[in-house]
Amino acid sequence: MTLDRAYLEYPKRRHGYDHTLYPWSNLNDRPPVVWPNGSVAVWVCVSLEWFPITPADRPFRAPGHMQTVYPDYRHYTARDYGNRVGAWRLLDAFAKVEAKASFATNAAVAERYPELLCAMIEGGHEVIAHSTDMNGTIDSSLPEAEERALIGDALGRLKACGISPTGWLSIARSQSWRTLELLREAGLTYCCDWVNDELPYRFTNNLIDMPLNHELSDRQMITIQQQSVDTWAQSLEDAFDWLVGEAAREGGGRMLPIHVTPYIMGLPYRIAAFERLLARLAARPEAWFARGDEIVTSWAAQNPTLGLNQEGNRPQEDGAVDA
Amino acid sequence: MNEGAPDPGLYDYIPYRGRPKIVWPGGKTVAVWVAPNLEYYEIDPPSHHSRKAWARPHPDVVGYSHRDHSNRVSHWRMAEVMSKHGFPGSVSLSVALCQHHPAVVADGVSRGWEFFSHGIYNTRYAYGMDEAQERAIIADSIRTVEDATGQRIRGWLAPALTHTPRTLDLIAEMGLEYTCDLYHDDQVQEVKVAPNARGGRLASIPYSLEVNDHYGFFVYNMSGREYADTLVRQFERLAEEGEASGTVMCIPLHAYLIGQPHRIGPFEEALRHIAGDGRAWIARAGEIVDAWRAQQ
Repeated sequence: MTLDRAYLEYPKRRHGYDHTLYPWSNLNDRPPVVWPNGSVAVWVCVSLEWFPITPADRPFRAPGHMQTVYPDYRHYTARDYGNRVGAWRLLDAFAKVEAKASFATNAAVAERYPELLCAMIEGGHEVIAHSTDMNGTIDSSLPEAEERALIGDALGRLKACGISPTGWLSIARSQSWRTLELLREAGLTYCCDWVNDELPYRFTNNLIDMPLNHELSDRQMITIQQQSVDTWAQSLEDAFDWLVGEAAREGGGRMLPIHVTPYIMGLPYRIAAFERLLARLAARPEAWFARGDEIVTSWAAQNPTLGLNQEGNRPQEDGAVDA
Repeated sequence: MNEGAPDPGLYDYIPYRGRPKIVWPGGKTVAVWVAPNLEYYEIDPPSHHSRKAWARPHPDVVGYSHRDHSNRVSHWRMAEVMSKHGFPGSVSLSVALCQHHPAVVADGVSRGWEFFSHGIYNTRYAYGMDEAQERAIIADSIRTVEDATGQRIRGWLAPALTHTPRTLDLIAEMGLEYTCDLYHDDQVQEVKVAPNARGGRLASIPYSLEVNDHYGFFVYNMSGREYADTLVRQFERLAEEGEASGTVMCIPLHAYLIGQPHRIGPFEEALRHIAGDGRAWIARAGEIVDAWRAQQ
C-alpha cells in the first residue's frame, strides 16, 4: 500500500505545540517556586476505587477491572479488600508520621463506605474527585453530553456526602479532547492527569495540572513491572534524593508524587516497606508532606495568572496559542 | 537490500574471532557514544495503514504527556549529567523538534552535540512510502537540521524504526554515512548499498536495542539501579574484548525515561564509572565512523 500525499504534509509543524491545550515552558527556566516548608513537596495520593462486578467496556475497561467470566469473585473481592482493609492501613501509616495525603475517590466509595470517608476527613486528608466508579472511564469516544453528565454525577454524589473537591483524577488519567474544558466548567481548580511536568502548570483555560507521575506509582512498578515493594521504595527514595539535590542546585522547590493503591500497597507483606519509606522521608528536613490542594494553592499564589510570563515563559515566543 | 529475498543481503558474514585489529585514539579499547533521542510525537497524527501511533483514542494523555516530559523537564536533567561526566550526545532527532521546541535543539548545539535524523516526527512512519516520498523526508531532514544547527547530518535512525527496502540505498546516495538501524554487531561494519553516482558508502554503527533505556524499562522492566548495572556490565565486557579489536558501546536514551527522578541518580553513577575507567574513548557517532573508516 502506498501512502497518501497528505501523509507528508505537516499543518501543525510550527513553533510551540501541535495543539493549544497548554503553552510550552521548561521547568528550569521558570521562576523558582518556594514551598511553605522544605524544598521537596511530598504528595501522597491514594486511589480509592470501587469496581462493579459488572464491568463496562465503553469507553474502555479500567486497569484493575474484572478479568474472568461473570461472576468474577476473585477480582471483585481482591479490589474491595483495598477499601475494607488496605485503606485503613494506609490511614494508620499516615497518622504515624502525621502526614496529610490526597484520596482520589470514586463517588461510589464515598457513598458506600461512609466510615472510610469520615476517617479521611478526620485525618485531615483531601478528597479528589475520581469519577463515579471504575466503570466511569473517559476518552474521546464518549459523547460530550455523556462526559458532562459523568463529571456532574461524580461531583454531585460527592457533594451529597458533604465533599466539594477542587481536584479531579480521571480513571487511568484518560481524557477526551473536551475534558479540560468540562472540568473547568464544573468549577474544578485542577486535574492530575497529564504527566509531562514535575510542578503544577496552567492549561490555556486556566485549569491547573498537578502531574501525578505514573512511573512512580505502585501500579506501574509493582503490578505492571513486577518489581518488589523494596525496589519500589528504593526508587522513591532515589527520586527524593535527586530532587533534594536539584532543588538546592537550582534554587527552586520540587515535588515528589507518590501514587498508591490500597489493594496493592495495603497488603500485609508490603505495608511495612511503605511505612519505612514514609518514616525515612518524614525524618528529612527537606520534605514537605502536603495534600494536592495545598501544593496547588501555594504554587498558584506564586503563579497567579495565565498571561504574560505566567511560567517564566515568553508567550510571544511559545507559539502555542496561535492555533 | 535484496528485496523479497530471504537474506536481505545487508552485509557479509564476518566472524567475531580473528578480525583485523581496530585501534581507537589514545589506545582506548571501547568507543562509547551516547544517543539521546530528542523526539516530537504528534498528539493527533494522521492514521497510517500499518501502524497505529497511539494505543488509546487521541489524545492519548499518558502516552503523549509522558513523552512531552522530555521537552519540559527531563532533557536538561539528562543533558546536565552527560556534560558533567564528559559525554557529548549524538542526537537521534525528530527534525520537526527544530520547529516545535528550538530551545531543546539549541541546548544540544551549545553542548557540542552531533545531530542525525530520526525522521520528521516519531509518529510518521516510512512503511509504504514511495521513493519520492522517502527522498523527501531525507531531504527535509538535511535541510531542517542544517538550518537549525549549521550541521549537515551524517546518520539516520529510521522514524520509529520504520523502513522501506530502499532506505539504506537512498540515505547513502544522498550523502549520509552511517545507519543506526542494524543490530548485528558490536563493531562498526560496512553495509552493502546499491552503487550510486557519488560513490557513497554506508557504515553501520552499533546502536542498541538491548541496552536502550526503553528496552531496559519497558521490555525488561528493570529498576533504575538494575539498568545502571546493566550499562556497567555491558561496558566492562566490551572494554575487555576491545583489547583485541576496538568495540563500540552505545547508550541510547530517551529523556522522559532516563531523566525521571528515580532513574537519573543511578544513571549518573554508571556514567561516572565509565568515564573514570580509562578504557573508554568517549566520542560522537561521526568520529567513531571516521576512525573506523580510516582503518579500512
